[in-house]
Amino acid sequence: MNYNWDWSVLFCFVEDPVSSCTQPFFYWIVSGFGWTISVAAAAWVIAFSLGSVIGVLRTVENPYLRGFATVYVTIFRNIPLLVQMFLWFFVFPELLPDEAGKWVKRGMPLPEFWTAVVCLGTYTASRVGEQVRAGIEAITQGQRYAAMAMGLRPVQVYRYILLPVSYRIIIPPLTSDFLGVFKNSSLALTIGVLELTAQTRQIEEYTFQGFEAFTAATLLYIVVTAIVMAVMRVVEGRVVIPGMISLGAK
Amino acid sequence: MFKRILVAATAVAACLAVYPAQAQDGSYVMKRIKERGVINMGHREASVPFSYIGKDGKPIGYSVDICLGFIDKIKEAIKMPDLKIKYVPVTSQTRIALMANGTIDLECGSTTNNLTRQKQVDYLAVTFITGTKLGSKKGSGIKEIEDMDGKVIALSLGTTNEKAVKRVMKAKGINIKIVSVKDHPQAWLAVATDRADAYATDDVLLYGLMSKSKDPTKYQVTGRFLSYDPYGIMVPRNDSTYRRLGNVMLADMMRDGRMLKLYKKWFDPGPTNIQMPASATLRKAFEIQALPH
Amino acid sequence: MFENFDFEIIVTSIPFLIEGMGLTLLLTVLAIVGGLALGTVLALCRLAPYRWLSLFAGSYVNFFRSMPLILVIFWFYFLVPFIVGRPVGGFYSVLVAFIMFEAAYYCEIMRAGIQSVRQGQVHAGQALGLTYRQNMRYIVLPQAFRAMIPILLTQAIILFQDTSLVYVVGLRDFLVAADIVANRDNRLMEMFLTVALVYFVMCLAGQLGIRKIQKKFATG
Repeated sequence: MNYNWDWSVLFCFVEDPVSSCTQPFFYWIVSGFGWTISVAAAAWVIAFSLGSVIGVLRTVENPYLRGFATVYVTIFRNIPLLVQMFLWFFVFPELLPDEAGKWVKRGMPLPEFWTAVVCLGTYTASRVGEQVRAGIEAITQGQRYAAMAMGLRPVQVYRYILLPVSYRIIIPPLTSDFLGVFKNSSLALTIGVLELTAQTRQIEEYTFQGFEAFTAATLLYIVVTAIVMAVMRVVEGRVVIPGMISLGAK
Repeated sequence: MFKRILVAATAVAACLAVYPAQAQDGSYVMKRIKERGVINMGHREASVPFSYIGKDGKPIGYSVDICLGFIDKIKEAIKMPDLKIKYVPVTSQTRIALMANGTIDLECGSTTNNLTRQKQVDYLAVTFITGTKLGSKKGSGIKEIEDMDGKVIALSLGTTNEKAVKRVMKAKGINIKIVSVKDHPQAWLAVATDRADAYATDDVLLYGLMSKSKDPTKYQVTGRFLSYDPYGIMVPRNDSTYRRLGNVMLADMMRDGRMLKLYKKWFDPGPTNIQMPASATLRKAFEIQALPH
Repeated sequence: MFENFDFEIIVTSIPFLIEGMGLTLLLTVLAIVGGLALGTVLALCRLAPYRWLSLFAGSYVNFFRSMPLILVIFWFYFLVPFIVGRPVGGFYSVLVAFIMFEAAYYCEIMRAGIQSVRQGQVHAGQALGLTYRQNMRYIVLPQAFRAMIPILLTQAIILFQDTSLVYVVGLRDFLVAADIVANRDNRLMEMFLTVALVYFVMCLAGQLGIRKIQKKFATG
């Protein structure tokens, strides 16, 4: 391979115009990694809370609420994330009233970051919603009836009976979805969030030494995923409900 | 499967140390082309008017024409008049890697030739000269970068333009908010939808974007050059025989005026009506690079 | 921005877009077939009574599931030609990447499917004197496939959307074709809305199809 490997691109800290060292690009990777984590974490908060609501709505009696949740899932699952990113960034502000649109584009702090978070969060919420629904449906109807017979109101049935059990059996697919958010956050680069993948591309453009940065990014992704998987396996073991098999990852 | 990964891993490890084996007296690129019976030409898909997909799906443009001339020379040199051309689309992210792994034998796009990049690839003579300017809406009152104080500027991720603007900002202590964008049309859309007040990139690209927008009269390209961006055809490094062949062709074209003619075909006014007459600097560059035999 | 929406650009670029959709569909179908084949083998390895086999399959799955697809495509794009020793078309290296990546997911789906077949069935097969292979071939796999069909198809729709990631290596699929037109003629808004609509309609149609199949199997 006719490629001039030069790891000093990432790890040199003294500026030297003769070698590739123009600045310590290692810091760029660190900063990109920070943004990746922030986008993923913030998006997960939205995905988990909104997803739970959507999942619950898909199992309630009221046909309007159920219909709304179904439409939501249908829309957000059937358009590629890449395209959704674009729509949120360029089309959504134009649909708002003038002042609000201007605020979304200019006024609010970190517009790219929050757009990416909302996009990723709402997209993943549709997946989380499906998992929550599957979890609730996996619980035998008897539990719901038993709770109702005890005089719990519908909200209480979900709050104290159905959701706690459901969350515990859907931990594996939820882990999978969380890792999905983490990995999909790389698409935030298309609207200008300087996360990990964006930073590696930036290093490539600056130095033409892209493989070094890419290797580093790949390792970071793998390490984080491995850690999350290991932690979740422990959690899964702790909260497992005897006699119930947890639902397999997608 | 496992063996493959092992091979790949070993290969990656190996290329940390090993430099390309090349014939002492010949050109390894031309040897490779001859063996394959096909030349792989890297091209861009939307670098108007340098290298882009025409209406019939084939790459066309100023850089593509230059490369086709180079390929004719290669055919002569290796005595293969019916050498096939394979078009390989590249992006700014893949061009280096594809040249390094031997997939493409030359890259015909709009790539800036600079000294850092020359550690990884070689370039033919400079065939276009541009630099960073500002594209904005008319009536925005933006002329120079100094007028951008307190406003929002769109910059393409990791470009030489981004570097240039940041350097000027630092030197002059101007405070500009930056919106990073993925590519040129997204940057233009950011200006069109008032997400940004101006877009800073190579002036030729700004003129291209302006000519393609729905109402070209609404926009303007202003300011002094904030950077110096010479474009060149990119070729694999460490093959002076191959590179010289290309430069001989370019010198000939620059000497007998064919180069200027080709320039006129694409830029003055050009198929996309870009209307950029050759600058005095570019004319001088053609003169200087027309080395004698 | 919507006052002068350019419908003409959409109409004139239809042939170009259809060509892109052809590649998207071809890639999706081949990746499903290849991924399913490799995934089944992996699933069998994972459940096989040989420790090293199941260990290998397990680490394969974990490795690929921990990588963003975008990185897998990127690495394969540059490494496949290098391993083969000559330039390989972008399509083939991307196809290999998709097959190997999807196989990890299909393996997990298949494993769950195989495990969902009741042990009694396996034992009955053994009692009839079937070998391990015969037991898998005639008893377990047909039932596993049937149980897994909806999830497999859902994964197929995800894959269909994921093929849009080939934009990182510049392969001209549907999204990239639209992107090229958008970039060349500076008509982002029109092209992206078209893309969104087309993907939406196709995926929805696919989903409705799945529901039909699901019903058929449920009643049949």
